Order: sequence, then C-alpha cells, then structure tokens
Amino acid sequence: MARSTSKDAQDLFRALWSAYSATPTNLKIIDLYVMYAVFTALIQVVYMALVGSFPFNSFLSGVLSCVGTAVLAVCLRIQVNKENKEFKDLAPERAFADFVLCNLVLHLVIMNFLG
Amino acid sequence: MAFVRAPSPFLLVLVLALSISAAITATTTVPQPISDHHRSAALNLFAPSHGSFPSLQDAYEALRVFEILGIEEKHRVSTDTCKVVLENLSSLSSSLKDLFYALKVNGILKCKVNGEVFEGIASRLNASISDASPLPDLYYSIGGLVLIKDQDSNVDVLLADATGTFQSIKAQSQSDGKWRYSSDKTESSAYAAGLAFEALAGVISLASSEIDQSKVNTVKHDILKLFGSIEKNDDGSFYFDGETVGGHEHQDSLSTTSSVVRGVTAFAAAVSGEINLPGDKTLGLAKFLLGIGVPGDAKDFFNQVESLAFLESKRQVPIQVNLLFKFVLQQYFFSFCFLFFSANVTLDLSWCRVTIPLILSLPETVYSLTTKGQLKVRVSTALGSAAPPLVVKLVRAFSSGAKDSSIIESKELQYDKRSGLHVLDGFTNNVDVGTYVFVFEIVLHDSHSKQVYATGGQIHMPIYVTGIIAVSNAEIGVLGDLGSVQTKKALDLAGNDVVSFSANHLQKLRFSFQLATPHGHVFKPHQAILKFRHEIKVEHVFVIGNVGKKFEITLDFLGLVEKLFYLSGKYDIELTVGDAAMENSFIRLLGHVKLDLPEAPEKAAQPPAPPVDPYSRYGPKTEITHLFRTPEKRPPQNLSITFLGLILLPFLGFLIGLLRLGVNLKNFPSSTVPAAFALLFQLSIAAVLLLYVLFWLKLDLFTTLKTLGFLGAFLMFSGHRILSYLASTSTKLKSA
Repeated sequence: MARSTSKDAQDLFRALWSAYSATPTNLKIIDLYVMYAVFTALIQVVYMALVGSFPFNSFLSGVLSCVGTAVLAVCLRIQVNKENKEFKDLAPERAFADFVLCNLVLHLVIMNFLG
Repeated sequence: MAFVRAPSPFLLVLVLALSISAAITATTTVPQPISDHHRSAALNLFAPSHGSFPSLQDAYEALRVFEILGIEEKHRVSTDTCKVVLENLSSLSSSLKDLFYALKVNGILKCKVNGEVFEGIASRLNASISDASPLPDLYYSIGGLVLIKDQDSNVDVLLADATGTFQSIKAQSQSDGKWRYSSDKTESSAYAAGLAFEALAGVISLASSEIDQSKVNTVKHDILKLFGSIEKNDDGSFYFDGETVGGHEHQDSLSTTSSVVRGVTAFAAAVSGEINLPGDKTLGLAKFLLGIGVPGDAKDFFNQVESLAFLESKRQVPIQVNLLFKFVLQQYFFSFCFLFFSANVTLDLSWCRVTIPLILSLPETVYSLTTKGQLKVRVSTALGSAAPPLVVKLVRAFSSGAKDSSIIESKELQYDKRSGLHVLDGFTNNVDVGTYVFVFEIVLHDSHSKQVYATGGQIHMPIYVTGIIAVSNAEIGVLGDLGSVQTKKALDLAGNDVVSFSANHLQKLRFSFQLATPHGHVFKPHQAILKFRHEIKVEHVFVIGNVGKKFEITLDFLGLVEKLFYLSGKYDIELTVGDAAMENSFIRLLGHVKLDLPEAPEKAAQPPAPPVDPYSRYGPKTEITHLFRTPEKRPPQNLSITFLGLILLPFLGFLIGLLRLGVNLKNFPSSTVPAAFALLFQLSIAAVLLLYVLFWLKLDLFTTLKTLGFLGAFLMFSGHRILSYLASTSTKLKSA
C-alpha cells in the first residue's frame, strides 16, 4: 500500500514535471522570479518570528515588496501567456512595460515605507 | 521700657507722619511766580522750525509769549512771518480767523502794511457782522476791527449798528452766566462766555455812540453770575472747569479759565464803573495758573502766560498822575471812574481793572539750625515783576503738631534792597528742629495799592527746620532673672566700637540712649529701631519707645524664644535712628550677642527660608535629566548578518535557475540605434533603482520625486523606443 502511494506520488510528480517542461522559457523565467520573491518573503517572516516585529514598518515593507512584485510577475505571466485567449491582442512588450512601471511605483512606495 | 510688638508702633508712626504731611499740603502749596525756568522753556517750546511757524495762530502765540516774558527773539523770524502776514491780509480768500491772527501778529511785529489793505479788510469784517453770525465769527470780526483801529487810525472801523451787535451777542447769554455759541445751539460754555465778553468789549470800543449803561450793567451782572460757578481747590485756587460742547473741540480747564480771564479783563478795561470781583478770586485764579508750573505744551504755556499778563495789566502809567486825577475827580464825581488816555500806550487804561494778584513765595522752605540762615520771603506779581512798596508781617508761627501755641508772634520782615527779598534774622534762635507753619500777611503801604492789588489775607507756608540731634548716654547690658544687672557696657554711638555679649533664654537685654535737639528739648524721631540679625540672615525688628528724652528697650528672651524660632547662635544688633528733620540720621552696628536658646519643640514654626538671591532667578536652572523610553531590544548582530546571507540565497537560486533554463541575450538588437536604446533602457532602470537606494539612505521624498520625474520620463522614452522596436521585429517574424 505505501509503496503504491509513493509510486503514485512519484508518477504524479513526473507527470507534472514533464507537463511543466513544455511551457515556454519566458514563462519559466517568470515562474522562477515568482518563486524567488516568495522565498525571500518567507525568510523575512521567519526572521520576524525570531527577533520580533520591532520596526514593523520595515517588516511590512519588505514582505509587501516581495509579495507585490510576485503578484505583478503573475500578472505579467497571465498577459504574456500565448494560450491565454483573453490577452491575445496585447503585445507582450506592452505587458512587460506595464510590469516594469508598476514595479517601479511599488518600489518607490516600499522605499518610503521602509524607514 | 518693655519692648512692644513691632507692627503697631510702626503703624502709629506712619499714620502720624502721613497726617502731618497731609496737614501741611492741605493748607497751601507754594506757588512760584514766573521765573527764568519759564523763559528758557519758552525758548524751547516756541522755537520756529526753519524760521517759520506752522500757522498764524502759532506765530501769534509765540510772539505774544516772547513779548510778555521779555524775550528778544522776534527779530529772527520777523521777515518770514511778515511775508505770511501780508499774504494773508491781502488775499481775498483768507478766513476770518486767519485775518484775526494776521492782524494780531502784525500788532506785535509791526510789518509795513498798506492803508488800503486795512480798509479792504475793515469793510470785509464789517460786512460779515450780522445778527445771525455765530459767536466765534463775531469774535474774530470785532477783534479784527479793534486791531485795525489800533494799527492804523485813519481807517474807519466804527460799527454801524453797535447796539444791535451788542444785543445779538448778549442774546446768547444764559442764566448761569455762560454763553451759547450761536442761537441754534442749546449747550452753553464758559469758554464761549469769555469770547463773548471780549467781543462785547470790542463793540463798546468801536461804538460810534455811547452804548446804553443799563446794557453794560447787565453784562457786569453776567460776569458775576459766571464767577458764581467757579470751581475751588483746597489750596485756595480758583478755576473754570473744562467742558466739551457739541460741534466744538474740547476745552480743558486751563483754556476755559484763560478765555474767561481774557474776556473779563478786556471788558473791565473797556467799560467805566467797577466790576465787583472779590480780590480772593483773582488771587485764586493766579494761584491756579501758577500751580501748573512750567507747561510742556505750547498752547497751555501761551494760555498760562497771557492770562497772568492780563491779570497783571502790565501797561504801566505813572501812578502819581493817576492819583492826582482820581483825587481831583473824586472831589466832584463821587466814585466815578474816568477813562484815561495815555500818549504812550495805544489801549485804553482804566483804574477799574481787575485787581492784580500778589504772590508770596519762599525761595527755600528748609532751614538748618547748624547753618543759621535768614528767613527769606519774596513778594512779586504772578509774572515775576516787582511789587509795590509793602511790608511782610509774620503774624505767627506754630509747630504743625501744636496749632494753638505760637512760637513766634507779630514780627516784621526787613526788606533787603539788594536781593529784593524780605528777610527775618535770627528766627532760628526761637525754633527747634521740626515742621512749622508760618503765617504771613502782606501789608501794602498806600491805600491806592490796596485797591489795585490783591494780597490774599493770611498766607500759611510750611517751613522745615532741621538740625543735628545729640545722641548720648548709650548703654547696653544683660540683666539677670530678677532684673539684676549682670553685664553693662557704655557705648559711644558716634564712634565705631562694637560690644559682644552672650546670653541665654533666661536673661534680658536692655539698651538705652538719649536724644536731644540743639535747644535741648525732647526729640522723637520717626525711626528708632533695633534689629537682630541671625547668622542665617533671619531678621527681627523691635521699635524703641521713649519716656521723654530717654529711649529704652528691654528684650526678655524668655518671651521671645518662639519669635526667634528657637535659633541659637550669634546675632548682630543694629540700631537705626532716623527722621526727616534730623541731619545726622544713622544706622549703626552695635555689636553681637551670642544667644543660647532651648531646643525647638516639634510643633514650633520653622524659620523662614533665607531670601532668594533675586539674581538667581535669571541664572541657569537645574539640569533636567530626560527619561527616554527604553529602546526596543534589537536582535544580536550575528543573527541579523546570518539572515542577511539567507536572504541572498533565493537570489542566487534565481540566478542559477536562469542559467539552467538557458537564458540568453540573443534577442538583443544588433543594429546600433536600437542597441543604444536597449542599453539606455537598462541603464535608466538601474538609475531609478539607484535613486531608490539613495532615497532610502539620505534623500527626502521631494527631491526623489523630482529626480524620478526626470528619470521616469527618460525611462519611458527609451523603453517605448526599444519595446516598440522589439514588438515590430517580432510581428515581422510572425508574419514572415
């Protein structure tokens, strides 16, 4: 029984992995970026849990910058994905420009809040 | 004598001193006649700015003051002022007031004015006199005509209808002796009455035919009625109260009084027959005017000096000639006064003028027994000119404390020709140290002077006599329980020696001394005080009482223990003896006493805190220790550094992942222009991020936003170019 479940998990994992390998490279780059941002946020939360939330504004700005940039990257991924019919007419360069601009605004606010 | 509690004798002495001074000031203040102080003040007040005066009225006031006080200043300003005068007199648009004052100034400066100018003005003034004119206009017109009459006798200025004008002015009089300004006003004022009297005097002198005597008599009654409303001060000075009438500026008491004086003296000079003004009223008016001292305002100065001059009627005519005439006429016309024209003066002069007040003043009121001076008295008119021959009698002198017993009686003062003062020698032999009231009386030599001058009866003057008080027989000692003398020392209060004692609370301290005046009488000073001062600067004051000449105080320490706050230790003893009449008042340290007092019980009063040094209020205050909020606990540095490293791990993972994915830069444009833009795009993003780092480190939001604006624009531009190029290339690829 355990063997079948673990084998099933392995099979599932392999299937997912192969399906994922089919995605275009630019989407993979975006996914990688999102993972990076989320991991950074997690490490900050762990740190806060360890030392306390004294400069709370700094903690918030750090975490929210990661989360925010991740969210913007997800939006970019949605817009750039060719399989997404909704954004068929939107040029990926335009989506990228939006991504850059929104990130810059986000980081201005984050820097102000950082203290 | 046992000591008494400090406050009550103090109060008694204070009340006594105040009542003495009040009594002295209630009798008379000493009015001083016009002196050189006035002359120098006049030079300052009336100095024209740049050689000319602001207005003709100011010019007239200044010139008249200089004329009365005998100051030779007018030559400097005469040319400029004459120009202004001539301008005003010739101009057809000058107002009545300007013409009036121009004529007044001309009367003093005697500028060369053409006869035709006078005739023109006279006809103008005559035309402006009508029944309906208000009082000030009538005053200026009539006054102007009188002045023209004096300055140019050829011009015809006589009034056509003098009686009618007289009636119209008289119609404004009210029952209380005051006058209205015009028939449509209801309020009356004494100032207007003064103007009316002067105008009526002018009408009488300009009348071509004699004015009915009964009308003149009614005006005389009006004057007496007006004087019925005069105000009186305690010191015997009389004045007319200031008033405000609607539509006219407020007149204070000085200007009202001087207007009435001007009017009444002008009227008295113009009419025949006496105006029965009592002499004390004119003396009272002079006292009021002199009581102002030296006024600081030019208008007040002019009013004061001119009123005094009118009260004095300075125009001198040989008295002997007057007497002869009066004697001859009185033979035939009993109590009928005759108008006397003098060849020298241009104004009418009558003996029936208002009485001239004589002022008795003392050059000094404080006399010292040590210098033994003479008593000096000066009698002069209010303007400071010489009085007629007279004798000053000292009726009586009494001490201000004992009004009933006179110290000096019925002495005559000798007249010293050199100084012009009346002196009394040797009065210091009879008087002792203290305050006195001397009662003087002026006795005129001849009966004619008695009618001309007002002397004011008995005049009370305060005199202060000071002297050196003999302090002697000072003894200080410690007494035992039952009064037995345990230690006693004599002190020479004139010297500097100090004594030293020690005493405990069971003993008494006795101090005594004697005071005597130069004549050997009892002298009770205002202050005879013994002061005990402890080392910690706590002070106790005791008043020393006296029996006759001997001043004695006994301090029973048993009763004083509580008052002294149970403080043992060394006390300084200080004696103060002082009085205004004492030339040798002193404060002297007598010595020290070491007091041994019992311990203070718990409920005893604490001694007062030593007096705070007043300068310490402005010195630096105590340092404030700030209590800061305890800072938050920060994590240890190593932990923070570790996590800094941990944060960088995902970034490294990201970079490694990118490499594994096979990231390449193949899409980077190869041709130069797009390549440049691509590079610029990357660089501008990097610049913005760098700006953000600087913003975090040290910049403020405003500079950041400004710079961001520039960089953002640049970024947008380059980004747009490169991205549109990339988009176009990718669509070309797609379509291809």
